[in-house]
Amino acid sequence: MSADAADHARLGRHLLAVADLGAEGIEEVLRVADAFVEVGRRQIPKVPALRGRTVVMLFAEESTRTRLSFETAARRLSADVLTLPMASSSMKKGESLRDTVETVAAMGVDGLVVRHPDAGAPYQIAQWVEASVVNAGDGWHEHPTQALLDCYTVRQVLAERAGRDPASVGMECFAGLRVAVVGDVRHSRVARSEIWALAALGAEVTVVAPASLLPTTLQGWPVAAVSHDLDAVLGTVDVCYLLRLQLERGAEAFLPSPREYAAGYGLTARRASRLKDGALVMHPGPMNRGVEIADEVANLPQSTVLRQVANGVAVRMAVLFILLGAGSSATELPEQDELLRAVGE
Amino acid sequence: MAERERRLTPPRGGVFVPRVQVLSPEDVQRALVRIAHEIVERNHGLSDTVVIGLQTGGVPLAQRIGAILEDVEGMAVPVGMLDVAFYRDDIGIRPVLPEAVTDIPGDLAGALVVLVDDVLFTGRTVRAALNALADYGRARAVQLAVMVDRGHRELPIRPDYVGKNMPTRLDEQVDVSLDGVVLGDVVPR
Amino acid sequence: MSAKASQSDAPGRRQGRQGPAGSQELLIRGGTVVDEHAERRSDVLVRDGVIAQVAPDLSASTGARVLDAGGALVTPGLVDLHVHLRQPGAEEAETVESGSRAAARGGFTAVVAMPNTDPPIDCAAVVEEVLALAQTALCRVVPAGAITVGRAGERLAPIGELAGLGVRLFTDDGNGVQDAGVMRRALEYASGLGVTLAQHCELSSLSDGGVMHEGVWSSRLGVPAVPAEAEELMLSRDVALARLTGARVHFLHLSTERSVSMVAAAKAEGLPVTAEVTPHHLSLTDAELVGFDPLYKVSPPLRSSEDVAALRAGCAEGVIDAVASDHAPHPPEKKETTLAAASPGMVGLETALAVTLGALTDGTAMSRRQVVGLMSWQPARIAGLHRAQGGDQGGPIAPGAPANLCVFDPDERWEVDPARLASRSRNTPFAGRTVCGRVRHTVFAGEPVVIDGEAQR
Repeated sequence: MSADAADHARLGRHLLAVADLGAEGIEEVLRVADAFVEVGRRQIPKVPALRGRTVVMLFAEESTRTRLSFETAARRLSADVLTLPMASSSMKKGESLRDTVETVAAMGVDGLVVRHPDAGAPYQIAQWVEASVVNAGDGWHEHPTQALLDCYTVRQVLAERAGRDPASVGMECFAGLRVAVVGDVRHSRVARSEIWALAALGAEVTVVAPASLLPTTLQGWPVAAVSHDLDAVLGTVDVCYLLRLQLERGAEAFLPSPREYAAGYGLTARRASRLKDGALVMHPGPMNRGVEIADEVANLPQSTVLRQVANGVAVRMAVLFILLGAGSSATELPEQDELLRAVGE
Repeated sequence: MAERERRLTPPRGGVFVPRVQVLSPEDVQRALVRIAHEIVERNHGLSDTVVIGLQTGGVPLAQRIGAILEDVEGMAVPVGMLDVAFYRDDIGIRPVLPEAVTDIPGDLAGALVVLVDDVLFTGRTVRAALNALADYGRARAVQLAVMVDRGHRELPIRPDYVGKNMPTRLDEQVDVSLDGVVLGDVVPR
Repeated sequence: MSAKASQSDAPGRRQGRQGPAGSQELLIRGGTVVDEHAERRSDVLVRDGVIAQVAPDLSASTGARVLDAGGALVTPGLVDLHVHLRQPGAEEAETVESGSRAAARGGFTAVVAMPNTDPPIDCAAVVEEVLALAQTALCRVVPAGAITVGRAGERLAPIGELAGLGVRLFTDDGNGVQDAGVMRRALEYASGLGVTLAQHCELSSLSDGGVMHEGVWSSRLGVPAVPAEAEELMLSRDVALARLTGARVHFLHLSTERSVSMVAAAKAEGLPVTAEVTPHHLSLTDAELVGFDPLYKVSPPLRSSEDVAALRAGCAEGVIDAVASDHAPHPPEKKETTLAAASPGMVGLETALAVTLGALTDGTAMSRRQVVGLMSWQPARIAGLHRAQGGDQGGPIAPGAPANLCVFDPDERWEVDPARLASRSRNTPFAGRTVCGRVRHTVFAGEPVVIDGEAQR
């Protein structure tokens, strides 16, 4: 890591969108995640870095996996974790979002991990609190940590394939990498985060979807190509990223049926056999087996789904550590000799 | 640790300006050989010994000590490296990010750990290292080897093996590598 | 129009349109008088609620109040066709009185109050309630009636009865009338009564769930959106219905390029349609939503820069007849939430003139006089309040005319401070911005209700 101290400030006070991070910010998170992967392999996978800090999970939308992943990450950093399942809280009784958030913050909170069905919710919340806000998914907008853990996974697999230690590999593995993002891009926060992250790192992204599942316009998107024909694109890509069909968000209204979707855009065993040698198959989970991905394909070696989950904890630890990991919440630059003494032993 | 000192000097980074070379590369090598012999003598051999260098300055020194020990005693000694970023108690706006890998050879339960660092200053890095080591198992004993002890301790930490005692002013800086030890100042960028 | 006020009237109470008790002489000195006919350096003398003299270098009698208009324009009081005064039903956001105070500070001497109150203005009782509240207002407050009962879009409201009480404009604003058959019947009925139906063009089947304009930004930000077609399809339908029925139709808050061209085509055909635009649609685009700030959420939504350019051109070319604020006050909790959950709308009475001047005189060929026209005599006509129609708004500024005047400095820069607004609500995205064009004095029925920017009551 090159770094002088100024380079450390890639992540600001919050992580709201990957689109704000840039290649340097993404690299910072992945580098720190390397260290946390090592922590995860220890007998006691815990460090005291966030001891005394409180992280609150504000999940206004159900999500066991992401929430558990963040909770595990926070606990492994020795932070205290509180979960506020907003879906069932006083919010429903008409207490304003601001009131709920400020009440929680008043109890002394350092970090808020927010998932909400409305795009932009974490931005509003960040206006109202001193704490750092991590966007765990806001409507169709972004799911930054998903994209970060997916990038981490790609780098990890490519490094292992080359016989190298992942930690020794930089971001050059993404340059020119050909990635297909397949599925409901229109309603997918994972798609937006993924596309912005990969493009920032130099990958060439092709979006594959039926026309009704593409956004109104792709103008301004860092996308190299758009296709409605998965079969045409399959053999050309190094990574095939399958998006969930958002059945619970009414995505089927945009399609005749999940079956028709699977026929045109599902990764069946036959299609999987036509992937390039060594191409990765990725999915953010949970999978609709038989829809976007065939059962047998999900279990193939080139499917990275379980790795993505494992890496998720390390990447989320990295994010929480970077945002919250200073000493006391100092608001001014310390004096020179204070800093010198604090770090030079 | 001099690298980190250099990097974090306000405003957001300074430049190390060397003033006087205190130890030459040969002096450093001699000190490391002496330290290696002292380790063997103190511990009556090298059984269960693990040498661990603190990132980043202690790592090359630890590797050299490991090589010398193997020469001297004819047996390979496991050498590892430890980054203590996650155990620090610094006051600051931004966390100190881990610079490099932690790689601890095996389980440390019952081992005799020799921690190696380049400069011993306030003692806080070593305190953090002791914390970190505890997560890898209960060592039999932990000893500390440093190339330079520059004084100004803030915690009750003392080295078992010292290359050179070098009293310094707080505003000075010590740069240690296998190429020698240099005393200097940090100038803002 | 002469005004007789007895000495025993308490200040501020008025009967009809008479001036306050013992109304002083008022001399507006040193300004440039601008009305529909001319622009000239002139003083204006007001006596007993009526303009007594308009000439340079007037002198007033002792005891007369002198308002300095040096460097300022003296125009007919502004008329806002589209304000939400929230009373009855949502008084925490605004009342008729507080809204009229905001209007007066904005240079308005008349406003049309939208009927989406609670209960809605769809019956005589509520019309009378609003008219009663208007008695103590700082400007003329004219209620608009709903087109359908409860604004539900199904049964016609008692338009004739309300017209008898003086209501000239009818709208279901907040919603559009979704059913073509209902709208047709309403237009046919209205055409016989000499009133105007105004449409909030929005097809709910296309706009449902939408929170911002459907375009480049909604797609990038992943926000459910409202396509331009939601407005254009209803507008196109109502142009056809205007043709079919011969009834007058006024289109509220146009927001798209194609809406402007459809109105232009309808006018070219000779159809009796008029249209208004808001100051915010003339100056802000959907790019402002990048921070997901609910202060920028309005209905219809802020649209693209091409739409803004077309709306400005529409004003310059006379396709758009009026600028109306769509003043929409909301209490903090309606805006301090997510973008999707927030109520749409922004307050606008106090910033309308400055924002409009900034949007229209910068870059287009529009003169200040044309802008004043868009905000005074033209909307006065649409509301049926123009002097030529027997009303008291819109000028011209001549002896014998009712003294409803606005004095403003078109070059004065000021910073929008929500804490200093007269409105009860603070929801303006212009907070902290510096704008140009400030109302100095407002005279309502001969009474100076705003002096040096301060409301007098």
